[in-house]
Amino acid sequence: FAEFDDAANLLAANPDATTISIDEPVEIPKNQHSRLQEPGREEDDELLGTDDSDKTELLAGQKKSAPFWTFEYYQTFFDVDTYQVLDRIKGSVFPVPGKNFVRLYIRSNPDLYGPFWICATLVFTIAVSGNLSNFFIHLGKPTYHYVPEFRKVSIAATTIYAYAWLVPLALWGFLMWRNSKVMNIVSYSFLEIVCVYGYSLFIYIPTAILWIIPQKVVRWVLVVFSLCLSGSVLVMTFWPAVRDDNRRIAVATVATILLLHALLAVGCLAYFFDAPEVDIPAPIIPAHNGTTVITKSH
Amino acid sequence: FPGLADVSIPQDIPVEGEITVPVGSHSPDEDYSTLDEPVKDTIMRDLKAVGKKFVHVMYPRKSSALLRDWDLWGPLVLCVSLALMLQGGSADSKDDGGPQFAEVFVIIWFGAVVITLNSKLLGGTISFFQSLCVLGYCVLPLTVAMLVCRLVLLAGMGTISFIIRLIVVGAMFAWSTLASTAFLADSQPPNRKALVVYPIFLFYFVISWMILTFTPQ
Repeated sequence: FAEFDDAANLLAANPDATTISIDEPVEIPKNQHSRLQEPGREEDDELLGTDDSDKTELLAGQKKSAPFWTFEYYQTFFDVDTYQVLDRIKGSVFPVPGKNFVRLYIRSNPDLYGPFWICATLVFTIAVSGNLSNFFIHLGKPTYHYVPEFRKVSIAATTIYAYAWLVPLALWGFLMWRNSKVMNIVSYSFLEIVCVYGYSLFIYIPTAILWIIPQKVVRWVLVVFSLCLSGSVLVMTFWPAVRDDNRRIAVATVATILLLHALLAVGCLAYFFDAPEVDIPAPIIPAHNGTTVITKSH
Repeated sequence: FPGLADVSIPQDIPVEGEITVPVGSHSPDEDYSTLDEPVKDTIMRDLKAVGKKFVHVMYPRKSSALLRDWDLWGPLVLCVSLALMLQGGSADSKDDGGPQFAEVFVIIWFGAVVITLNSKLLGGTISFFQSLCVLGYCVLPLTVAMLVCRLVLLAGMGTISFIIRLIVVGAMFAWSTLASTAFLADSQPPNRKALVVYPIFLFYFVISWMILTFTPQ
């Protein structure tokens, strides 16, 4: 900052300068100095801008300092704005290959808003869509009487909340145990894992709505498609955390994650949505009194 | 008391004062004491307050009466009447029917508590019971919808009846959501309004679904 010192000295030397001609040469060097200064400052800002994860991590260390029995402690888990939640949802639906969901979107600010309300929406979407789909499938039958099937809401709630909280707990425990044996570069906190799992369930909401369509092929295509999207988010998040470990354990961990995710999707499809009727023209059996009986197969 | 032996009070310092407090006028006391009024006055005052809040919900204006003088009588009456009207649904087996009385009760109260906690955790400035009061009172349009649905179902159960019910429930659902958002939105931080409004939308959607899918025996 030598140039600044010179300009300051010049200004200090002529504090009472009244003529403009004396001021201008003083001002011009100052402008030149400030212009020279700015590119340097911009470079510093760029360096800081791309690396603000360091800054946010430092801030995160100071953030959660309230004791866990106060309300403020839990408020730190809801410190997100609308656009941040929407960004995280977008990141879970369109996974960028090679970019880690946690590092890119969560950045040491895990929230509980997304996981909780995405799970609540998914519970009611599955229950409502299953009910609607069963209604449309059985619509023409004379013996069918519509029932709201309200019991299934509590079953759906138990399943989905158990998946979204117990599986991250188990995974976090497993990763901590492996961390004590093999030093991994990447490690996640429990809340970050809950966050990833919660946001990765978002794709199942439009999938559940589209499962109303009573075609087996359509439903299975949807299962595979949504599994690919949300599974890839999970794989890209957890592969860096286990790849330094023993090869077989790493592959087994990622495979288990994907298997449980697939099991959730297939289980929900099988339990909440009745199988659509397949219209196979069955052989017509002439009965004794002349009426024909056409049998339908499932 | 050994330490006090040296203390002596001179005889010529007068110690005097008044023990009795002058009795003031009774009028401030009489304004706040409701112990002596007839029971009819007490009940009518509370009923009028509840009725005024019902009117505020049906015609939502920017008045703070709902928030300032919160009470939970209105929500209780609405919740009980809605849960009672949802009884008597059909079921092939015990498990497949509509929601039981306890389920409706739990959904409404637990749902309102969760939404209130959510808005407070996101930084809202509304108090816990004020928010419960608003959410409970805004169930009124849906209770009216339930009444209309039961009357329509008495007439018949065909497609026309379903369409009428769908339109009525849809309109009341929109009314409930807009009314509660109008009362609650001002107390939220501006860049999180959508995060607070969405759970309210989900809450009234679930109640509307329960009303729409009600089928009598």
